[in-house]
Formats: sequence, structure tokens, C-alpha cells
Amino acid sequence: MWKFIIRRVMLAIVIIVFGSLICYAVIRMLPTSYVERVARQRSTMPGARPYTEILAQLDARYGMNQPILIGFARWGWNALRGLWGDSWFFSQPVTKKFADVIGYSIVLNVITLFLEMMLCIPLGILAARKQYSRTDYTVTVIALTCISLPTFFLATILKYIFAIKLGWVDLYGIVGRYYEQMNATGKFWDMAAHMILPIVTLTLLNLGGLMRFTRTNMLEVLNADYIRTARAKGLPERKVINKHAFRNTLIPLVTYLSYLLPSLFGGSLITETLFQIPGIGYISYQAIVGGDIPFTMFYITFLTALTQISLMVADVMYAVVDPRVRIS
Amino acid sequence: MPINPNPQDAGAPSARRLDDEARIKVLSPSMLVFKRFVRNRLAVVGTCILAVMFVFSFAGGLISPYTQSQTFYKNDVMWKEYASLSVNSEYRYTAAVGADLPGSARTQFILALNANKPNYTAGGADYTWTRLDDDFIVISRTSEVATALPLAGEYAFTLRPGADFPAEAQSALIAALDAKQAGFEWNGVQYITTRIGKSYSISSAEEIAIAAARVFDAYEPGYETVTAQYGFRRAALTAIAEGSEAFEYNGASYSQRADGDIVTVYDNSTGQPVEFAIISKYIAQGFSPDVRVSVAFKEAILDAVNARAASFIFPDDEDPDREYQITTPKPDTYTIKRETVTLLYDTEARPSLAHWLGTDSNGMDMMTRLMYGGRVSLMVGFVVVALELVIGVIFGGIAGYFGGRTDLLLMRFIDLFNCIPSTPIMFIMGSVMDTMEVNPYARIYLLMFVLGLLGWTGIARVVRGQILTLREQDFMIAAEATGIRTSARIFRHLVPNVMPLLIVQATLSLGGVVITEATLSFLNLGLKYPLASWGTIINSASNIYTLTNYWYLWIPAGLMILVTVLGFNFVGDGLRDAFDPKMKR
Repeated sequence: MWKFIIRRVMLAIVIIVFGSLICYAVIRMLPTSYVERVARQRSTMPGARPYTEILAQLDARYGMNQPILIGFARWGWNALRGLWGDSWFFSQPVTKKFADVIGYSIVLNVITLFLEMMLCIPLGILAARKQYSRTDYTVTVIALTCISLPTFFLATILKYIFAIKLGWVDLYGIVGRYYEQMNATGKFWDMAAHMILPIVTLTLLNLGGLMRFTRTNMLEVLNADYIRTARAKGLPERKVINKHAFRNTLIPLVTYLSYLLPSLFGGSLITETLFQIPGIGYISYQAIVGGDIPFTMFYITFLTALTQISLMVADVMYAVVDPRVRIS
Repeated sequence: MPINPNPQDAGAPSARRLDDEARIKVLSPSMLVFKRFVRNRLAVVGTCILAVMFVFSFAGGLISPYTQSQTFYKNDVMWKEYASLSVNSEYRYTAAVGADLPGSARTQFILALNANKPNYTAGGADYTWTRLDDDFIVISRTSEVATALPLAGEYAFTLRPGADFPAEAQSALIAALDAKQAGFEWNGVQYITTRIGKSYSISSAEEIAIAAARVFDAYEPGYETVTAQYGFRRAALTAIAEGSEAFEYNGASYSQRADGDIVTVYDNSTGQPVEFAIISKYIAQGFSPDVRVSVAFKEAILDAVNARAASFIFPDDEDPDREYQITTPKPDTYTIKRETVTLLYDTEARPSLAHWLGTDSNGMDMMTRLMYGGRVSLMVGFVVVALELVIGVIFGGIAGYFGGRTDLLLMRFIDLFNCIPSTPIMFIMGSVMDTMEVNPYARIYLLMFVLGLLGWTGIARVVRGQILTLREQDFMIAAEATGIRTSARIFRHLVPNVMPLLIVQATLSLGGVVITEATLSFLNLGLKYPLASWGTIINSASNIYTLTNYWYLWIPAGLMILVTVLGFNFVGDGLRDAFDPKMKR
């Protein structure tokens, strides 16, 4: 077990290093960079020095004049010491900006995850119990429709109905126009109102996967011998489902949920961008499109690390919840 | 003995036994799959959806009467500038017959006028002007004929050589000088005297031009030859200046009547006064050269302007109740607008028979754009999935078939590839293509390549897993035992068994790719105008105005994506069940 974990951690580290190296190389190879843009801007100011001179100075200042590998090594060494640098786009320490915005994403995604589980697990189990019934077909169609919905279309439709036609909520943003004048309760409700549409969007989008996963696993469990035994010994159906079947469905569910861990931090990128919620998704979108290397590198490394951790957690969790699984 | 004795069978000599091979209908495995697939209602619905979508996208473009980037126009009635009316504040010059007032003389005239000096010099010639009226000045060219020096009550004359100043004129001159008159007339020639120091300069003056702030408008185009003439203008303006109501010109007699600052001239030569011209300080011009402003129309404008009306009615050939609107862009300038038929881009037209889904914001037919957009979206989907399949099958196949160290190495490589966050990378690629201004057609291929490169790991894993399990199965051991070639083992025994899984995987990822491409295009990082894809069409909804007012510009494209992806998912799901009856969806 320990040997497995150590080997897994080693592999994760290699993957994180290579992943961030690839990203660094891609960003550095961009034909135009943030630095060039700033230099061009400054060279057009009255009395400015020529563009090439400013560019050379800025390149040296931002470390863009080094070869990619050396630049990456330097960045990695600083990152190891916890020096992630200052974001170019936001003119703030990267970690501070990250800490400022991550809260929104976590709130958004945790509520979404909670709603998802509340909806999907009962519906999935229902569909599995009544396989091939009208209910089953309905659940399957709903699940597949949710999977097939493009984020931007769903978000736009929701905006059109609830923000434009009905006017219940605002189109964009996390706070309303009068946020500053509100008292604490008012501020809370204002923010909550702005979170409604993004949460609905995210929940609907992720509904399908979990619902089908629950259904498939429940079906598998329901076909198992011990369920037949439970039925054979005359247990009431309620007990068979809730005690014998459902508990066994939880095993793959726990693993599935730990796979979802990175999506808590990065899964809502498009939704946040569409609703302009200043969470990590929207902020990193701005940083990426704006060519902000420190922030993008930090975000991508963070995501990669998180993915690796969640994979490890999933493996370990699997062994923990299911005593039949023995990791070799 | 038959197991199941049938009364009909009993008598029949060739009665078949129940376990007779001819009675058992053997279905081929693919037939079984097909039967199971057809039994699944969702899968059939999905197949129908996909069929419709393919016909719509690929055949639709051929049937549609329009092309992808054909723009449509419409005639719209707009209030457009028709004519303008302004108060003339500049002097307009009319030169006498055979005379000429050069530009420098005009400039110097204005300077002299502003300085209130009656004499000025321009271009080596001397000029003088006489104001007859606030708006009417006569300009004459002068040439010195003599100088007179007063000497003890007498005048000593010095004649200019070649000048025509007869002795009889001298007595008239002396009389004028004694009376201290600025000028005198003798024998039809005007002379002016100017005092220079002690002596006088005597010049003959020849009238060469008039400067008037009033303009002439003839009632009939035929009258313009008269109204443009110097003599007519001089006579009419002099009559105005003198306050007389009649004047003669060229043997014809005219009368005029003033109404405010507008004077109407009548031609009396036929005995009956005929409206001939109007003289006013207002200039009316058409906005385009082909518009001729008639006097009647000008009068109508002037009436409306004087009444401070915002609009007036003036009949024309087409419309007896033609309405005109008056606006005042700046003081003393009036713009007259009328409703004009104008050719415009037919943008954001509502759905109609000609355009079933209306037109987009560039005036292109939305239905046709959707068809061509579907072509691009589906093509991107297929090419990307094909690319994913090729890479995925090669990597997964090698890893699965050879196992061991190769497998470990390749799987770590796949892990590595898998950890690249695809969304940020696609965003980066999109903005790179933006800054490099990649040609929209090249963009498609780049986009396909990037999407394929980022998405193959899933397929590789599936293939590898499947091959690993298959390798251990009895039929593979049997195949190996028969000693057939490795290639035959792979292609005859392994590949057919991986195929079902691949087909399912490919169908399901087709939907995903369509969504990804649409999302990128929606965020303006994917395909670009003039190419249509369903994502770029919805992109117009990111503009709040379009989103709010023109539902038909974005909802159809969104539904297209939704329905197509749903179709792929239904079919993929149905195929999975059909291939793997154990699982039952």
C-alpha cells in the first residue's frame, strides 16, 4: 500500500513538472506576448524611447530574454520556494489574486455539487429500479439532453428568460449596481441572487453524467447475487434497495466524486466567463487571453497538481470503501 | 419423435423436427447488433435526428437558392436630404458683357469694402465701387486720364498720353472740381476725381461688374438666359435700390413687387403680367446634381421657413401630397428632407417566406448559414474524431498488444498528455491565431489539429484496456496456438473485437467535439467570419441587443447543436447497448 502511494506520488510529481513545462513552452512560443504589447503601447507615448529599446528592457525585466528551458528552471525554482511572482495582467501577487477569487468558484461549485447529488442519486436509482419504464426513459433522455447542452447556449437561454424577459436577476457580474449602499444582509442576498443562474447552468450541465453513472452502477448492483438473496429471503423491497443495493452503489460513487475535485476549481471556466463571475475560471480566462505568464503558469500547475491528487485520492478511496479491493 | 408434435407436422412427410438446423434461424452477430439497436427507441430517434441533420447540412446547401455569403438588400423609405436653403451672405458677381472681374479684383474689392475705401488697385488695374443698396454694389474699372493741379483759382491739366479727354470735358471737370464733387458725367462716360495731395487725379470709370447679395431664380428654365444677363440684373437691382416698381430691359418692360425681402418680377411684354423671376437673399439647392429646385418649390420652402413650420406639402409628379421636413442644422441654413426609397442591407429581417429564419446582422440568409454552418461543424467533428482515432488506436494498440515495459512507457506518456489542461491550451491557441491573423480557412485545419491532438488519450486508454483483456482470452491463445501470422492475429482477431468499442467511443466523442468547436467559436476563438459554424452564428447573441431583440438569430443555431449532439449521444448509447447486451444501457 505505502509502496503504491509513494510510486504514485513520484509519478504525479513527474507529470506536474512536465505538464507545466509544456504549458510554459506553449506560452513562451506565442508570436506576440504581453511584454510586446506593453512595449508597443509605451513606445507610442509622447517622448518615448524606440520600441526595440523598451522591448529589450522589458524582456530583461520579465525574464523573457532567457531560453525556454532556463526560464522554466528559474520559474520552477522560484515556485518551489513559494515565489509565484506578480501577475502581469492584474498587477498583484499571483497568490493574492488567487486567494481573492477562488472563494467564488468554491462556493459556486460546492453548491452545484450538492444540488447535483441531491438530484442525480435519487433519480438515477429510480431509473435503475424501474428499468425500461417510462420513468427510465425520461431520466435517460433528461440525462442525455443535459450532456448534449452546450454551456454557452444554456447560459444564453437562461439569461434570455430570467434576466431579460422576466428581469428577475441581472445578466452579468457577481454584485448588483447598488451593492455598496447595502447592509450586510442585503449584500449577501445580492450576491446570492447573482449566483443563481451560474449555479443552475452548472448543475444542469453536470446532471447527466452523475445521473447515468448512478443508474449504471445501481443496475449492476441490482443484478448481483446478494440482491437476489435478499429478495429471496423475503426482505421488503424498500429495505433491499436502501440497505443492500444503495450502500454498494456508493462505492463507485465515492471514486467518481473524488474525480470531480479538480472541477471544483477549474470546471466552471466557461460558465464563469459567460456570467462574468470573478471566480478563478473567469480570472484565469482573462489572464490566458491577456498573455499573463505568472498567473497562467500558477493556475495550470495548480490544476495539474489537483488532478493528480484527486486521482490518487480516488485510488486510495476505492481501497478504503471497498475492502475487496487490494492495491498491489 | 418430435418433441413438439404439431397436428400439421404430424401428417406432413417432411415435417421438421424442432431442433432441425433448418428451423433455427441463425443471425449473424452484426444482424443481432442491428436488431438490438433497432429495438431501442432512443437509438432510432437519434439515427433519425442525425439523418435529418446530415441531409440538412450537406444537401441543404445544394437545395438552398442562396449561397453562404450572399447578402440581401431591401428597399426602405427613409427621410433623406433632398434640398437645402441658406441665406446668402456673400456677394455674387455678375460681369458686364465683354468685361471680366478677375479673382484678385474680387478679393481686393472685399478688403476695400470692409475698409470702406472707394478706390482700390488689383493686378495693376484701378477699380472703384459705388454702393447703390445694402446688397447691391457696382464695380467700375478706372483709368487715369489726367491730373489737375489747382493754381490760384486755375487748374493746370496734364493729360495722360493717349488718353481720350477732350477739351469740352474740361469745363465739366472744372465745374465738378469747384463744386467739390467726387465725379461727373460727360458724354455718357463717368469720370471720377480723386484728391492726391494737392493735385486731383481724374479717371474715366467703366462699369464692369455688379456685386449683389441677392440671387435670381427664373420661373421657367427658358427665362434663365435673361435672368443671368448683366443688363437685366443691373436694371432689376437698380429698380429695387431706387424703390421703383418697373424697369425696362432689352425693349421689354418688367414690373416687380416686393414681399418682405423677396421680390417677384413680372414680364409685362405680353400686356398681361407674367411671373418671370424672383429675387431674394435665399439660395435653394438640390442635394444631388439631378435635383432642380423650381421657383415654386423654393417659394414653398420659404413660406414654410417663414411660418417656422417643421414640414410642408408640395405636390410632385408622383405624389400630390408629398411631404417634406425641414431641419435646421445651423443658423440660416435649412435642410429639406423627403422620404426617399433607399437600398439597404436587409439585416436582422424577421423570418419570412423568402428567408425562413430571417437574415443575420450581415444581411445573409440565416437558414443557408445554418446549413453551411452545419457542414463545417460536422466536418470538424468527423475530422477531429478520425484524428483522435488514428492516434488513439496506434498508441493504445501498441501499448495493449506488447504490454510490459512498452505499455508502462506509453501509458506514462498518455498520462502526461492527459494532464495538459485542454481548455486553457485551446484558449491560448485561439488567441495566438487571433494575433497572427490566420486566414479563416487555415484556421479550420489548425483547430481540427489542435482538438484532435488534445483529445486522443481517452480513446488510447479504452483501446489499450480492451486489447489487454482480449489478449488474455482463450480465443487469442487458440489463435496463437494455430500459428497464424501476427498481423492476422491483430487484424482478424483483435481488431474486430475492439471495433464495437471504438464505434461507440467515436460516436460519443463526436458530440463532444461539436460542442467544443461551438464553444470556441462562440468565444470568438474558433472559426471566424465569413465561414459559418453553429458556434459563430450564436456568437451574435453575445451582443445584448441581438440577444434581447432577435431571438431568431441565435436560438435556431443553438437548437441545431443541441439536437445534433443529442442525436450522436442517443446513437452512441444505443450502439453501446446493442454491442454489449449484458449491460443493458
